[in-house]
Amino acid sequence: MGVVQIIVFCAVLLAIVPLLGGYMARVYTSERIRPVERLVLKLLRVEPASQTWKTYAASVVLFSLVSWLLLYLILRTQTAHPFNPNGFNSGTWDLSFNTVSSFVTNTNWQFYGGETTLSYFSQMAGLAVQNFVSAAVGITVLIALIRGIASKPLGNFWQDLTRTVMYVLLPISVVGALLLASQGVVQSLSDWGPVASQEIIKLLGTNGGGFFNVNSAFPYENPNGFTNFVEMLAMLAIPASLTYTYGRMVGSRRQGWTVFGVMFTVFVIGVVAVYLAESSVTPAQQAAGLTGANLEGKELRFGTGGTALWTVVTTATSTGAVNAAFESLTGIGGLIPMVNLGFGESIFGGVGTGLYTMLLYVLLAVFIGGLMVGRTPEYLGKKLEAREIKLVVLALLATPLLVLVTTSLALGTGHGGPSIYASGPQGFSETLYAYLSQANNNGSAFAGYTGYLQPEAGNLGANGVTFADLLGGLTMLIGRFVPIVLTLALAGAMRNKRAAPAGLGTMRTDTPTFAGLTVGTVVIVGALTFLPAFLLGPVVQGLTTQLF
Amino acid sequence: MTAIAEPETPQSPQRESRSLFTPDILWPAIGASLEKLDPRVQLRNPVMFVVEVGAVMTTLAAAAGWGEDPRWFSVTIAIWLWLTVVFANLAEALAEGRGRAQAAALRSMRTTTTAKLQDGSEVAASDLAKGDVVVVVAGEVIPGDGTVIEGIASVDESAITGESAPVIRESGGDRSAVTGGTRVLSDRIVVEITQEPGKSFLDRMINLVEGAERRKTPNEIALNILLAGLTLVFLVVVVALRPFADFAGTDVSLTTLIALLVALIPTTIGALLSAIGIAGMDRLVRRNVLALSGRAVEASGDVDVLLLDKTGTITLGNRQAAEFVPMPGVEEIELAEAAQLASLADETPEGRSVVVLAKRYGIRERELGTHEFVPFTAESRMSGIDHDGSRLRKGAGEAIVRFVEGEGGQAPHELQSVLDKISREGGTPLAVARDAQVLGVIHLKDTVKEGMAARFEQLRAMGIRTIMVTGDNRLTAAKIAEEAGVDDFLAEATPERKLQLIKEEQANGRLVAMTGDGTNDAPALAQADVGVTMNTGTQAAREAGNMVDLDSNPTKLIEIVEVGKQLLITRGALTTFSIANDIAKYFAILPAIFVSTYAAAGESEGPLAQLNLMDLGTPQSAIISAIVFNAIVIPLLVPIALRGVKYKAAGATALLRRNLLIYGVGGLVAPFVGIKLIDLIVHNLLGA
Repeated sequence: MGVVQIIVFCAVLLAIVPLLGGYMARVYTSERIRPVERLVLKLLRVEPASQTWKTYAASVVLFSLVSWLLLYLILRTQTAHPFNPNGFNSGTWDLSFNTVSSFVTNTNWQFYGGETTLSYFSQMAGLAVQNFVSAAVGITVLIALIRGIASKPLGNFWQDLTRTVMYVLLPISVVGALLLASQGVVQSLSDWGPVASQEIIKLLGTNGGGFFNVNSAFPYENPNGFTNFVEMLAMLAIPASLTYTYGRMVGSRRQGWTVFGVMFTVFVIGVVAVYLAESSVTPAQQAAGLTGANLEGKELRFGTGGTALWTVVTTATSTGAVNAAFESLTGIGGLIPMVNLGFGESIFGGVGTGLYTMLLYVLLAVFIGGLMVGRTPEYLGKKLEAREIKLVVLALLATPLLVLVTTSLALGTGHGGPSIYASGPQGFSETLYAYLSQANNNGSAFAGYTGYLQPEAGNLGANGVTFADLLGGLTMLIGRFVPIVLTLALAGAMRNKRAAPAGLGTMRTDTPTFAGLTVGTVVIVGALTFLPAFLLGPVVQGLTTQLF
Repeated sequence: MTAIAEPETPQSPQRESRSLFTPDILWPAIGASLEKLDPRVQLRNPVMFVVEVGAVMTTLAAAAGWGEDPRWFSVTIAIWLWLTVVFANLAEALAEGRGRAQAAALRSMRTTTTAKLQDGSEVAASDLAKGDVVVVVAGEVIPGDGTVIEGIASVDESAITGESAPVIRESGGDRSAVTGGTRVLSDRIVVEITQEPGKSFLDRMINLVEGAERRKTPNEIALNILLAGLTLVFLVVVVALRPFADFAGTDVSLTTLIALLVALIPTTIGALLSAIGIAGMDRLVRRNVLALSGRAVEASGDVDVLLLDKTGTITLGNRQAAEFVPMPGVEEIELAEAAQLASLADETPEGRSVVVLAKRYGIRERELGTHEFVPFTAESRMSGIDHDGSRLRKGAGEAIVRFVEGEGGQAPHELQSVLDKISREGGTPLAVARDAQVLGVIHLKDTVKEGMAARFEQLRAMGIRTIMVTGDNRLTAAKIAEEAGVDDFLAEATPERKLQLIKEEQANGRLVAMTGDGTNDAPALAQADVGVTMNTGTQAAREAGNMVDLDSNPTKLIEIVEVGKQLLITRGALTTFSIANDIAKYFAILPAIFVSTYAAAGESEGPLAQLNLMDLGTPQSAIISAIVFNAIVIPLLVPIALRGVKYKAAGATALLRRNLLIYGVGGLVAPFVGIKLIDLIVHNLLGA
């Protein structure tokens, strides 16, 4: 049953990719400015003229900074909010720092539980808005990079942002929210809150921040197998389809499909691994004399298949929404999400961010493999020289370095201790996962990792774990904006390169051989960076029947 | 620059047959590799600098007895880390030594040409100074660029111009300049040398090889950035491992951490990178090509378009008799026989080809009666034989007409139309006369060299387009282009059109390589991405290009491209190999570090001990084996770095697949085997 679901899911995904991907290609290449778009640009006082990479990057940072300040203001003034039926106070400053950074960076790491800390106004006007625009920012950066690679002007950030929200995210969200509501997902301003409207963009924008603390495991967010299927599809729809958009915009669909193939291959391997791992017994089950699949922390209505697939979808994309407790996964079952994070969220990844990260890997593969055909490396006819490689290396290595440094800080200084719930390798995994997730802007967690303590709902008398909140918040901001700026610089560098026509001597980047090289590059870079760390967490647990 | 060698005995380049390391290269290299331990030298190579710092730290740790490691273990690690640096230095020093030896060999070879001074004494051509006056007689090579100050002679300048027809050089006027390396065919001239001695390209080349002037090429810089990035990541990985291990209650010593770091950072490619670059230039020298920058060698691998001169490159250049065209009333066989007789004493390739062609008419060599050969002179522009009372002559049309008229005869009016027709087709006509009668015309034609079509086929497979450049008209050019199998041609080429063509190709993003010799070519050579100047070329041309071919062999361009490609492939292959190696090293060292981590109560081995896939003896022997492997793989790969990865002309995807298999997959597997073998010695034999 689980296997059938996995196969059907992949088939439906494959069918969506060219449709949505082709549509998005038209959105970003269309010369026509529709009246609504013109109105928004007029309100923003923006001329839709193409920007240099520096202005584009400055626009991204400025927009995100304003978003950050606005959201912080909202979260810290809950007592004055309308739509606050439970009369919640505001969260602490350190928690708010973490939460605001989390939603502005499309991470949606949550040290808080939504139903016990946030007003509906905060959810709607604060978090949901960021769910839309932070997702859109990721896509705009990708689109700028694609245009650079295709030797086109990079475009205008404000226009791209507007188009993404109005033509891509909003229409799908409206339909999706209604579909989810029809299945029983709650939508109300009095009881339980406006969930359906937030649920769809949480997944579609690979945000992942749940309305409720247990996220999509909660029946009001994800009531049945069908919604589970739709929600998984929502997570993958845009990241997967953007590969097709890419192919269209650089004038070679094969290039797009090759990138898709790379992502899909690694994705499927991950799904199979988690499915097999979670179908087996855990050490605890063995100790108790139980057999059968590991159902600890899983929702029976989703089963092993629906959970395994979700687990990989949510960590391969940078969504981070969960429909089960990751803390309860088997050693290997928990390793795969970490590996997905370790690949820098490049296997589909976040909307926009995933593909630009993968393109950085592609360029790295080109650089190493290109030499082996006896030419200085070139991608789509453009030579990769010192400047490009510098940007690629910095952008790709920034996040792994960030993870290692922050995890070491948390463990080495002892300040991370209070956040850890379990002991031994599981405690290590909690910490590693927390910083992997925040640095890669995923947002899922081994839930034992704590950053906020409140005696009762409503934030009264609550305490943030300041170290975890601040380090996590900074990690998310660095993990988001350093790669973005470097990627845009790369877009600028690529745009100004003259493309040489391809010949027989040029390494083709749309062949299975090249796809294999790219998979190898992603796996080796990820493995080399994180293997020691993974050994001490999930691998130890996967190799033993001991209980820790 | 003076002539390198007698054209008949072209210096056969010392190819790879020579053994890689002769003692005279090896011993100085070992000395140099110790000198290069100077940290200021190492700083240029971030990867090896980190290794050296690690070596210093482990040495201190071993001396001070830090940590709980047994002393023998720290000492062993320290020694092998130092050896790693020395091996890297040795690779570079060996490459430098070979390059230097090669250049020195070339330099000594150059002096083999001697020049006869006016006073009768002889000096080495390389010792000629500006203002020296030399005498050159028929059959000798002009020893240097200069001006004819006395006499007139016909000179074979085919080596520089590719034109086989001899040219006249005489004192005074605009035909007085002679070029070193060209050959006097007749008569005797006195030449005043005009070139400066000692400022040879060889000297520049040696500087490039020896490091003082060696700059990193663009691709080397880019690759170094990647290697530095990887080194940084592994540095953080290893530093982070300390708190990670602490959390797991496992002690990791400084020596072990440094060993892990050195094993992980790309030392293999870091150690061999500069050797690969030097060896690439060295391989060119072996083909008698001097590159004036490493950048040019690298660029030659990227070449998309080759501009090849027709004459001398695609065709033999020395024209061959292809056809006898008799005048009305003359039998073809009669013409053939006369042509053969007139050519018997003609030792030029054309003359010999006339004899060969005549043989096809069944005319054999035979006893000649009384005869006297008439040699070619610059004045008469004819040669021939006086035989059995008749005078046979062959030569340029007008010279023969003059001869026939002098004998009291009249050239038939058909002669001129035949001469014109042959010229129009790109051939060279030679008229033949017996006494007062013009017998006919020999059609000399340029023939396409054997094997050129296959060569171009290879180039096409490599993705390189060949364009033939010729002064011929379109019709002739098209015919030869088709015969030779080039992709395109530029007919009626002028220097301007050639320059234009290069610019057009470059505007389309292509890299262009060409060869050239004359002053006319200088702008085109400067414009081309890879400009190979013939050694016999003018000074202006040599300054404009970025490589000099000492053999002045225009086909060399193809080999240059191959050397460039080989250089890049070697770099990529060893980088891939180096990075792929890390997986096995992790599997050697990490289980050794974490062997007892999270061991169940009462057990000595924890879960991670299962990852000791190679079944290495002890944690210490595992770490030592990984470090030893890491070190000795450098000298083991030196031959590949210096000789270059084998290059086969093939499509890019096939090449990629092949090299990924050998160096990627091979790089994954080889260290598993190597480390295990070393462990068998270190653990089982030495008891570590």
